[in-house]
Amino acid sequence: MTDSAHESRGTVAILDFFAAIGRRAFSFVSELGAVAIFFVHGLALIFSLPIQIRKIIQQIYFIGVKSVLIISLIGLFTGMVLGLQGYYSLVKFGSEGLLGAAVALSLIRELGPVLAALMIIGRAGSSIAAEIGIMRISEQIDALDTMDINPIRYLISPKIAASIIVFPLLTAFFDVIGIAGGYITGVIMLQINSGIFMNSIYSSVVWADISEGFIKSLVFAVIVSTICCYEGYFTHMRPGGFGARGVSLATTSAVVISCVLVLVADYVLTSFLM
Amino acid sequence: MTDENLKKPFIEFRNVTKRFGDRTILDNVNVSMYKGEITAIIGKSGVGKSVFLKHIIGLMKPDSGEILFEGQPLSKMSRGQWTTFKRSVSYMFQQNALFDSLNVFENIALPLRERTRMKDSEIRTRVEEKLEQFELDEVADRYPSQISGGMQKRVALARALVTEPEIILFDEPTTGLDPLRKNAVLTMIAHHQREIGFTAIMVSHDIPDVFFIANRVAIIEDKKIPFQGTPVELEQSEDEIVRQFIMGQESLKDELTGLLTRQEMERLLSAELARMGRYQAKLALILFTIDDLKQVREKIGYILEQRIVQCLGLMLKKHFGMIGTSARYDSSSIVTVLPHTDCERAEKLLESLKEEMRHKAILKATQHSKTCVDISVLAGVACTDSSVTIESLVKQAKGNQKVMIKLSCSGNGVK
Repeated sequence: MTDSAHESRGTVAILDFFAAIGRRAFSFVSELGAVAIFFVHGLALIFSLPIQIRKIIQQIYFIGVKSVLIISLIGLFTGMVLGLQGYYSLVKFGSEGLLGAAVALSLIRELGPVLAALMIIGRAGSSIAAEIGIMRISEQIDALDTMDINPIRYLISPKIAASIIVFPLLTAFFDVIGIAGGYITGVIMLQINSGIFMNSIYSSVVWADISEGFIKSLVFAVIVSTICCYEGYFTHMRPGGFGARGVSLATTSAVVISCVLVLVADYVLTSFLM
Repeated sequence: MTDENLKKPFIEFRNVTKRFGDRTILDNVNVSMYKGEITAIIGKSGVGKSVFLKHIIGLMKPDSGEILFEGQPLSKMSRGQWTTFKRSVSYMFQQNALFDSLNVFENIALPLRERTRMKDSEIRTRVEEKLEQFELDEVADRYPSQISGGMQKRVALARALVTEPEIILFDEPTTGLDPLRKNAVLTMIAHHQREIGFTAIMVSHDIPDVFFIANRVAIIEDKKIPFQGTPVELEQSEDEIVRQFIMGQESLKDELTGLLTRQEMERLLSAELARMGRYQAKLALILFTIDDLKQVREKIGYILEQRIVQCLGLMLKKHFGMIGTSARYDSSSIVTVLPHTDCERAEKLLESLKEEMRHKAILKATQHSKTCVDISVLAGVACTDSSVTIESLVKQAKGNQKVMIKLSCSGNGVK
C-alpha cells in the first residue's frame, strides 16, 4: 500500500471514532429530550379534570406507605453507624460534643435525601418499571388507548404526583430515625451527654439545611418517577430484547439510570445550593 | 353488485402506504368498508393485517395516503371530531389485552368508569347485563389469569361491546383456537352483529371460516389488495392472483358444502371430456340451481343462505355417491358430473332424488320462523357422447332446467 493510502485509512479511522462519539451524544441528548417531554406530559395531566384523587392516594400507599419499613431500618442503621464513625473521628480532636450536629447535618443535607431515594428506587422504582413494562408488552396500554383513555394520565400522572408528595415525607422520616439512631450509639452506647448531643443539633441546624434537603428530595422524586415510568412505558422500543427479556432490561435500566442520575443531581444541587 | 356503487364507503383507505424502516408493509392500499357490514381482511400470517387495523383506530399513522371515515380524513379531524370517532370504535386484541390486575367485572366496567360519567349503579347494571349475555356471571370476581382462554375471549368481547360502539375492530379473533371454539367465536360475533348492527372489521387468516359470516372480503397479499368483494365472488373469482391465494390455503374443498370448487370441477370435467373423444363414452351433467336464494339472504340471513346450499350439497353427495362428483358452480348452483352415464339414466337418478327429497325433511327453518321465503330447486340434465366444451354442456343443462322441488311457506312442506 502506498503512503497516501495508509494515511487516508488512518484519517477515516479517526473520523469514524469521532462520528461514533457524536452519534452517542446525539442519541443521548434526544433521549433526554424525550424523557423531559414525557415528564411534562405526565405532570400536566395530573391537573386535568376530574383529578384522580383515588388513584393518587393508591400510589401514595404503594410507593410511600409500603416503603416505611425499609426506610426506618436503613435510617436507623445509617444513623447508628454515623454515630459510631462520627465519634471515632471527632474524639481525636476532642470535639465529641459536636456529634449531634455531625450526625444531624450529614443526614439532613445529604444522606437522608440520597439514601431514601436509593431505597425507594430499589423498592418502588423497579416494580413501577416492571409493571408498566408488562402492561406495555401485553398490549394493555394499547387497549387503554383504543378506549380513548389516555394511558399517561391513567398510569403515569398518579405515580408522579404521589412521588412528589411521598419523597419529602419519607426523607424527613429517614432523617428523624437516623438522628435517633445516632442518639442510640452516641448517647446510650458511647456515653456522650444527651443534653450536649441535642443542643449541638439545635445550634447548628438551620432552616437552609432543611430546605436544601427538601429541594433535593423533590428533584429526586421527579427523576425517579419519570425514569422508571419512562423505561417501562417504552419497553417495546428497546432494541435489546422482546417480551420478558425486554421487561427485565427495562427494569435494570430504570434502577441503574435512576441511581446514577440521583447521585449526579445530588452533586449539582449541592454545588448550587451551598 | 349495483348497490355497492350507490353506497358510500363508511371507512376508506386511499393510497395508504406504511413503512417500518426500509420494510414496506402496506403499499398504496385502497379498500372500502361499508356500514353495518362485517368486512373480513384476510391474508397470510405476518403480512400486515394488524398494522392495517391499527391505522383505523389511529394507533398508527400512514406514511402517505389517507384514511377516511364517512368521507372525512382522520388526519384532518378536529379534536372533538376525533374524540367522537374514537369513542364509537372498540378494538378486540388478538391476545385479548385484558387488564390482568383487575378482575373480570372491573375489566368490563373500566371503559364505562373512565370514559363516561355514569353512576356506579348504572355501570353495575350494564356490566351485569353483559356478564349474563356472555355467561360470565360466575367468574365476575376472578382475575384474567384464573379463567380459561375461551372465557378470556368472551371477557374481551364483552368489554368491547359494553360501550355500545358503532364500529368494532377484531384482530384475529379466532387464531389459535380449536375448530369448535373458532366456530363458536365467529357465530357469537355474527350473532351480536346481527342483533346490534355494528360495523365489524375483522382481520383473520382463518379461511374459509370467516367467509361464513363476512359480507365483504379483502385480501392483503404482497403489500397490496388484489381483491375486495363478497366471499362468494372471491371463491368464484378467476383472477390469477386471487386463485393462487385461495389455492395456497388449505381450502381445496369448498368447505361450506363439502364439495369440489368450481376450478377443480372444471379440471375434472375437461379431463373427462378429453377422454370422451378417445373412448366413446358417455357423460351426463346435472345443474341444480336454488332459486330465490338472494331473497333468503336479504330477508333472513347470510348464514341460512349458506346452510341451504350446504344442505343440498350434502344430499347430492350422498345420493350420487360413487356415480358422480358434485361441485359448487356458483353462489346458488351446484353441478353434478356423472361419467359413463347417459341421459336416460341421469333422468332416472334425478327422479329418485326427487322422491328422496320429498320423503325427507330438507330444511327446518325453525330459528327464523318469523319470516318465510319460498324457495325452489331447479334441475336440468345435459348429456353428451362426444368432446364438447364445459360451457356448452352447462348451457344445455341450464336450458333443460325445470322446477324439481318447491319449498313453500303456505304449506308446511314440500310440493
